[in-house]
Amino acid sequence: MKHIKSIETRHHEERDAFFEGLRRLDRRGFMKLAGLSAGIVAAKGLITPHSFQLVSVADAAPSSRPRFTFAYISDTHLYKKELNDRFVRSILRAVDDVNRLDPQPDFVLFGGDLAQLGKKEELDLGREILKSVKAPVRMMVGEHDWFLDMGEHWRTNFGEPQYSFDHKGVHFITLMSVNEKDFWTERGMTPEERMQTVAGLDNGVQSRFEVGAAGREWLKQDLARVDKKTPLIIFSHSPLYKYYRPWNFWTEDADEIQAMLEPFENVTVIHGHTHQMLSNQIGNIQFHGMLSTAWPWPYAPEGLPSLTVQMNRADPFSNFDGCGDGRFDVTAEGLVDKLYNLWDRDPVTVRSSYLASKGKKDRPAATKLPSY
Amino acid sequence: MNARKTSGIAALGALGLLSLGAASAKDASAKDASTPGTSPAPATHQVPRSAEGNVVIALCDGETTLEVKGVKDPARIDKKQAQAISDQLMAEWLRKNPQANWDPVPPRVALAQPQPPTPPPAANADVKKQGESAASDAAGVAKQKGGEQAGHTYGAFSARDEALWKASAEQMVKEGHRVFHDSKELGSTVAISCDMCHPDAANTHPETYPKYQVQLGRVALLRDMVNWCIENPVRGKPLAEDDPRMKAMEAYILAQRKGVKLEYGKH
Repeated sequence: MKHIKSIETRHHEERDAFFEGLRRLDRRGFMKLAGLSAGIVAAKGLITPHSFQLVSVADAAPSSRPRFTFAYISDTHLYKKELNDRFVRSILRAVDDVNRLDPQPDFVLFGGDLAQLGKKEELDLGREILKSVKAPVRMMVGEHDWFLDMGEHWRTNFGEPQYSFDHKGVHFITLMSVNEKDFWTERGMTPEERMQTVAGLDNGVQSRFEVGAAGREWLKQDLARVDKKTPLIIFSHSPLYKYYRPWNFWTEDADEIQAMLEPFENVTVIHGHTHQMLSNQIGNIQFHGMLSTAWPWPYAPEGLPSLTVQMNRADPFSNFDGCGDGRFDVTAEGLVDKLYNLWDRDPVTVRSSYLASKGKKDRPAATKLPSY
Repeated sequence: MNARKTSGIAALGALGLLSLGAASAKDASAKDASTPGTSPAPATHQVPRSAEGNVVIALCDGETTLEVKGVKDPARIDKKQAQAISDQLMAEWLRKNPQANWDPVPPRVALAQPQPPTPPPAANADVKKQGESAASDAAGVAKQKGGEQAGHTYGAFSARDEALWKASAEQMVKEGHRVFHDSKELGSTVAISCDMCHPDAANTHPETYPKYQVQLGRVALLRDMVNWCIENPVRGKPLAEDDPRMKAMEAYILAQRKGVKLEYGKH
């Protein structure tokens, strides 16, 4: 008797086989395959030889060979594993994903919020898990890592939260953008209460995020040494623009930071925190929001950047839906094409050309379903 | 009627239990003393006015009164103070009636005020002369004074009534907000609270329930989905339908979606 496979199994097998084949192709070979595939589509009417869309395959193919790539894992929100193993399983899945990338990325960016409540055991657990990443890991800090002990343990583990480095002609800067003004002393809060307050998204008690005067001064000094033609890639946990203030999807001194980045030719800002696909272009700066491995957030009721191609509502019945990890392909100009590796969904690529053309070119395929 | 003007007086409800008890005890003793067959005259309680214009509260035993020092407006009496007043009156009445029994009967509280409020218009309206009747024609209706209907009582609520009701509804919403944000209150074993996925109750869509919930394979109410979330991501025990926490959370979730079009059954 013929073995019967489920639709899901067939879908994933076909998908894996196709991408595996794709990886071995050069551009000409890809065009040939795409043409062949399109021919079959035309011949068969509506049915494609694969259960996924040919369009998304074409999207996934890089427009030109990237200079180099780096991967990302973000917003893991770990509790200690005895308490909550779900988030632990998620980060393990992400680590597996980036370890399977071939070729391997030059490094893996961790986008912040490693811990849920900034506890030592949470941060230590995260550090242990990230040790199994094959590529070097660059760390960024998030507010969940910070406000229990004001970064003491995070610094012990990972060093200073604000640093820069040069890699293959690109100047990288990691900013500490989740400083808050003191809202706790006046209220007589304990460190735990302070952390719990910052961990809540929808409270008006906490202050808004900011890089702060000292951080901005540091950034100014750092940028003074960089040629204006050198591509810049900035990592910050909170978006360096103003999205939705009530949920702290916001950086209070974003305008000042943007003004400092304005003289540079190619600037990319990559942020965590918002747990959703998010794309924005302000002046010369391209912004990319990263996915979370822990849980997705709904889009805010207002302030969503118009270039964002929304993902549709996550299935609450799936632990992984709407979550994921991803990869950045750094193009010849020093901008990035971003691959959202959405778990249990097809991947989506948002290209630098899409942002640079203000949405006129290379628009990523969007879901027809409502995002809510 | 004044009683419903104030939450404090509402809280005096417990007092009625003993106040009428007092009256019946008095009646019973009066009956014993009087000639059989003649009913005793109803006690007329002359509630003294306060010289300083304070609120005076009277029991319906016909004699016990209490001046509330420093309070001119009965509406200013809060729940706690009302309880203290009723405790004092009860103690006083028990002192006078050491042998008394009382029965659970509805509250009756007499109240004297320096300036009793004007009764609502419905109470002194002349329905027969000016009101609309079956015999009225359209022209007759139009001739009514000021174009206002008279003789209707229900709905004659004061602004204070409405403020009180609003406050109590808001209190429930606030409690719901607390539960929604508190993993311990939700019984979570994994430290997850509702707001982690639903900031400001976003993505809950109470206006679409009841609806066919595909993943459950049946039509679900909002509370069914709340319980699903409590059992699964939150990893707690589902709440009973009349659990105050469930009610409060429903109140909070609905309050967050006020003004959104009701589209029950929409998936």
